[in-house]
Amino acid sequence: MTAWLQHLPVLPIIVPLLAGASLLFFAESRRWPRLLIMLFATLVQLGAAITMVWLTTDSVPDVWSRGIGVYAIGGWHAPFGIVLVVDRLSALMIAVNVTLAMAVTVYSIGRWDRMGVHYHSLLQFLLMGLNGAFLTGDLFNLFVFFEILLTASYALLLHGGGPQRTKMALHFIAVNLTASFAFLIGVAMIYSVAGTLNMAEIAWKWRLMPSDERGIAQAGAAILGIAFLVKAAAWPLNFWLPGAYHAAGAPVAAIFAITTKVGVYALLRAGSLLEDPSAPFGGAWLFYLAIATMIFGIVGMLASRQLPRLVSFVVILSSGTILAAVGSGAPSMIAAALYYMLGSVFATAAFFMLTGMAERLRAALPGVRDRAATPPPTYTAFAVGEPPDPYAPDDEVGVALPAAMAFLGQSRGDRPGCVITDLRMPVVDGRARAVDRTCWVRISVVASLDRAQAAVVAGSGRTAARRRSYHHPRRWCCAPWGRDRAPGTLRTAGRRRPLLRAQNRSATRGR
Amino acid sequence: MEVILTLGIGVLTASGVWLLLRPRTFQVIMGLSLLSYAVSLFIFCMGRLAIDVPPVITGDGRVDASQFADPVPQALVLTAIVIGFATTALFLVVILAARGMTGTDHVDGQERDS
Repeated sequence: MTAWLQHLPVLPIIVPLLAGASLLFFAESRRWPRLLIMLFATLVQLGAAITMVWLTTDSVPDVWSRGIGVYAIGGWHAPFGIVLVVDRLSALMIAVNVTLAMAVTVYSIGRWDRMGVHYHSLLQFLLMGLNGAFLTGDLFNLFVFFEILLTASYALLLHGGGPQRTKMALHFIAVNLTASFAFLIGVAMIYSVAGTLNMAEIAWKWRLMPSDERGIAQAGAAILGIAFLVKAAAWPLNFWLPGAYHAAGAPVAAIFAITTKVGVYALLRAGSLLEDPSAPFGGAWLFYLAIATMIFGIVGMLASRQLPRLVSFVVILSSGTILAAVGSGAPSMIAAALYYMLGSVFATAAFFMLTGMAERLRAALPGVRDRAATPPPTYTAFAVGEPPDPYAPDDEVGVALPAAMAFLGQSRGDRPGCVITDLRMPVVDGRARAVDRTCWVRISVVASLDRAQAAVVAGSGRTAARRRSYHHPRRWCCAPWGRDRAPGTLRTAGRRRPLLRAQNRSATRGR
Repeated sequence: MEVILTLGIGVLTASGVWLLLRPRTFQVIMGLSLLSYAVSLFIFCMGRLAIDVPPVITGDGRVDASQFADPVPQALVLTAIVIGFATTALFLVVILAARGMTGTDHVDGQERDS
């Protein structure tokens, strides 16, 4: 049993690789075998991820010493071979990633996986890259997994085709390739001084480094940090993000919600290696950069006229929040930010998927195609300048889930950030206490912002139908189409067919 | 040799960055290619420059490291070349698709004054 558990860390990399490759042997028309392979592979990864989370807790101290699993690939030992390292953070990130991938897979069965070829394979390769980036203990191997996930994401961004997607993919690829070069330069400079690429050994060598060589290593670390900040969408390196995420299909954008967090994770992980987390990895200026990112995200949210674009700015805002916590540097703050990251990844992903559904409904209905004429979604969410709607009484939207942050709870509460207070950990000295208090105030502001996002989702569902003012949404879904037939739908007996036909038409037109 | 290599990397990087900022897609991809050459050379020289020494360590027992070139940067360069080649090929396909769909080779999909 324990012998088998030793091989557990490599499963989240091997399984998607094999699944993605084996999916290529089935033609696109053979849907069921493909879906079965896909779901089975994702389930295996989910099982592995949950087991790893369990093994890194304190409940089983004898499997991995101190809850950190190390796997030497090919049996080559640490400084010479590449190692995978599982600690609580990486296990947790993989669990989040695979859970999200499961939801995205199920969501895309409905429509998206048929809009182009090799969707499921690409998704599995993206998972492989993400899982590998979370697991690896080698700096250059991190680059390789970054490239795997980026290459898969380029192809996924193009999934569905169209001039808009192609144009945005062009920008996305150019920016990310340049960032990859910065990554390589940073890694090479660190290697030239430290003489190793193993992360643990770099951390050890860093402490022994003579001061005249340390300058080169710090310059390398700074360049490396710039590459991570591009991926983490920190201002001013994030102008590629809104357009790309807006152009991507809904499930693709949903899984992209975690690819920006890989940048944050890498920043955190590489920053923990340095003795003096200077320049991009921490300190005051990362904090202010993150605040600028948050402001950019908020202003962008308020100014967006299309829902997918608004959600892209939510991604930037959530990145900025976590970076601010990393920049403030207090361990309790980082723990809270990582907890926020869980809720935030799922929230933005769900937001993207809901937006995809709302856009679909909107495209299927007549009279609302002129998107430029519609007010920003934030207006409609708070019903600015709209008559009261008799069908949507001002009741609470959503059900509060216990311990779920930000999004999954009620969208209208009276105590913002009440969950986050429990996250604070015991602080050591007075200075840390002060930092802690200011940060907690900051997070509670963010929590209420997140509630605004939730209200936008709830609101957009309601008001999309309300502004249409043709019928109540329930009627669109449930009324027999013979009576009250909507203009623009086809004369068909089935209940859902007219809507679907209209979608198909709009989809081909969009192409 | 150091000076020539440094100048070469500098010229390649400068041309690459300049081309990367140009508005035509072909210029962008040429810029990315030049940048990738510069980065490859940079990684290579980060393993210290040495002439006429093999990277493969032979013999057993005590080995004098100064008699061998550092093999790790060479392996890294190889990986970086392969990955860069693949992504550049992918980028080329996207560029061709964008050219076909928009009818222009401007990176924004439209001419500035139209």
